[in-house]
Amino acid sequence: MNTFIEIIYFSAAVLFILGLKKMSSPVTAHGGIVWAGIGMIAASLVAFLEPGVLDHVSNVVLIIVAIALGSAIAYVSARRVAMTDMPQMIAIYNGMGGGAAAAIAAVELVKLARGGVELEPVIQVLAVLGGLIGAVSFSGSAIAFAKLQGLMRKTLRLPFNSLLNLGLFVVTLGAGVMIASGAEVSSGLVLSFFVMALVLGITLTLPIGGADMPVVISLFNAFTGLAVAFEGFVLDNAAMIIAGTVVGSSGTLLTQLMAKAMNRPISNVLFSSFGADTSSGVEEDIAGSMKEIEANDAAIMMAYAEKVVIIPGYGMAVAQAQHKLQELSQLLEERGIEVKFAIHPVAGRMPGHMNVLLAEAGVDYDKIVDLEEINPEFPTVDVALVIGANDVVNPVAKTNPDSPIYGMPVLNADMAKNCIVIKRGRGAGFSGIENHLFYADNTRMLYGDGQKAVASLIAGVKQL
Amino acid sequence: MIEGFTALYIFMLSAFTGYEVISRVPVILHTPMMSGSNFIHGIVLVGAIIAMGHAETTLEQVIGFFAVALAAGNAVGGYVATVRMLEMFQSRGKGATK
Repeated sequence: MNTFIEIIYFSAAVLFILGLKKMSSPVTAHGGIVWAGIGMIAASLVAFLEPGVLDHVSNVVLIIVAIALGSAIAYVSARRVAMTDMPQMIAIYNGMGGGAAAAIAAVELVKLARGGVELEPVIQVLAVLGGLIGAVSFSGSAIAFAKLQGLMRKTLRLPFNSLLNLGLFVVTLGAGVMIASGAEVSSGLVLSFFVMALVLGITLTLPIGGADMPVVISLFNAFTGLAVAFEGFVLDNAAMIIAGTVVGSSGTLLTQLMAKAMNRPISNVLFSSFGADTSSGVEEDIAGSMKEIEANDAAIMMAYAEKVVIIPGYGMAVAQAQHKLQELSQLLEERGIEVKFAIHPVAGRMPGHMNVLLAEAGVDYDKIVDLEEINPEFPTVDVALVIGANDVVNPVAKTNPDSPIYGMPVLNADMAKNCIVIKRGRGAGFSGIENHLFYADNTRMLYGDGQKAVASLIAGVKQL
Repeated sequence: MIEGFTALYIFMLSAFTGYEVISRVPVILHTPMMSGSNFIHGIVLVGAIIAMGHAETTLEQVIGFFAVALAAGNAVGGYVATVRMLEMFQSRGKGATK
C-alpha cells in the first residue's frame, strides 16, 4: 500500500512540473492546468490511504465536511468574480494556502507540546519556520485582498512602522526559537506564536501602497510555496516538498521580474512607503497646462491617423472598457489604420493583467506589444491613446532623478505626435506623482469614465 | 522515508526546476502563471488531510478542520481561476488558426 501511495505522489509531482511547463505557452497552457489538476485529485485521494488517517471515523467525516465547505465557497467565488477582480482573488486563494500550511504546523506543534509526537530538531525548526511564513502569507494576503477590493482605501501607517515590524518580528522569532529548541513547549506558547505571526503579516502589508500590490501578492505566493514545502518535510511528504519548492522558487523569480520592471527593489517595496514623503516634499514647476478635448475632436484625430497605439492601465480595468476598446480598434482598422496595444509590464495590478483583459475582449495577440518592442516606434505614432494609465507613461521617470519613480522603464507616449489621455479626474496617479505628460503641448485630456469616453469615441468615428 | 541529505537534494533540484520552468514564460501569461502556481501549492491539502487524520484532541481537530477547509479553498479556487483565465487564451488561439 505504501508503494502505491508513493507512486501516486511521484506521478502527481511529475504532473505538476509538466503542467507548469505547459502553462508557459499560450497554446498548451490550458492542457497544463488540467494535467496539474489530475495530479492534485490523485494526490488528495491517496492522502486518505496514508497510515492512520482512516482510523478515526470522526476525523474522516470532519475532513470531508471541511473539503466540501472550502471547495464550495472557493468554487462559487472563483466562478462569479469578474475578470478585473482576479488579482485579489488570487491573493485570497494564496492566503488560504498559507493559512493551511500554518494550521498544519500548529497541529503538529500543539501535538508536540502535549508530548503526542516526537520530532527531530531540524524538523521542529522547519515546522516553526513554515508556520511563521504561512501565517504571514495568510494575514498579509487578506490585507492585500482588502486593499485591492477597495475595502481599505488609505494606506495606514502606524507610527514607527518599520521599528514596530522589526520588534514584532524579533519577538515572534524568539517565540519560534523557544518552540523549535523544544525545551518546554506549551500549547499556549504555540498559539501566541501564531497570533504574533498573523499580526506581523498585517503590519507588514498595511503600509504598502496599492501600486506595489502585484509584487506583494507574488511574494506571498512564493512564501506560501515555501511554507508548504517546509510542512512537507514535517509530514515526510515528497509531493508537498517538490510542489511547494517549485512554487517557492518560480514565485521568487516572478517577484524579481516584477520588481525589476517597476524599478523597485523588493526590500524597498516591503520596508519603505511609496511617495508618502517625496511627492509632498518636491514641489516641481510644471510648464504648460492640462488641455481638454471633446470626444468628437479626439475621434477625428484618431480617424485620420495612420498609426494609433492604445495604452491601457488599471483605470481601463476599473471602467471595464476593454470590450469598447476592441470595438474602437476594429473600427479604426476598417479605415486602414494600424492599431496596436502597448502593455507596460506592471500596468494593472499584476503582470499580464492587461493582457488577460484584452484577451477576454477578443484582441489578437499579435496586436499586443510590450514595452521594448513599442518604445522605438513612438515617434512614428500619430495618436497614443492612454486610458486609465498614469505612472507607466510618466516621462518624469526618465528626466527627474529626484522622482520616486526615476529609472522605472516607461512607455514613451510623450514621443508620439499626439497623445490623448482618457482620465476620470484631474488627480495624480496611484503613486501620487504629478504626470508631466498631461501638461505636454501635444497632449489632450478627455475626462470621464473610461467606458463612456471610449463609447463616445466610437460614436465619433462612426459619424465620419 | 526521506533522510537528511536526500531531502536537501530534493529541495535543491525542485528549486532549480521551478526557476527554469518559469524563466521562459512570456509576459502575457504571467498572471495565469501566478494563478497556476498558486493552484499547485494547493497540494497543501494532502498535508492538511494527513494532519487532520491524526488529530487527537479537540484543539487539534479544530485547527485541522481549518487547515483542510483553507487548503481545499486554495486548490479549488486556484484551479477555477486559472482555467477561467486560460480559456480566454484558448479561444483566441483557435481563432488565430482559422
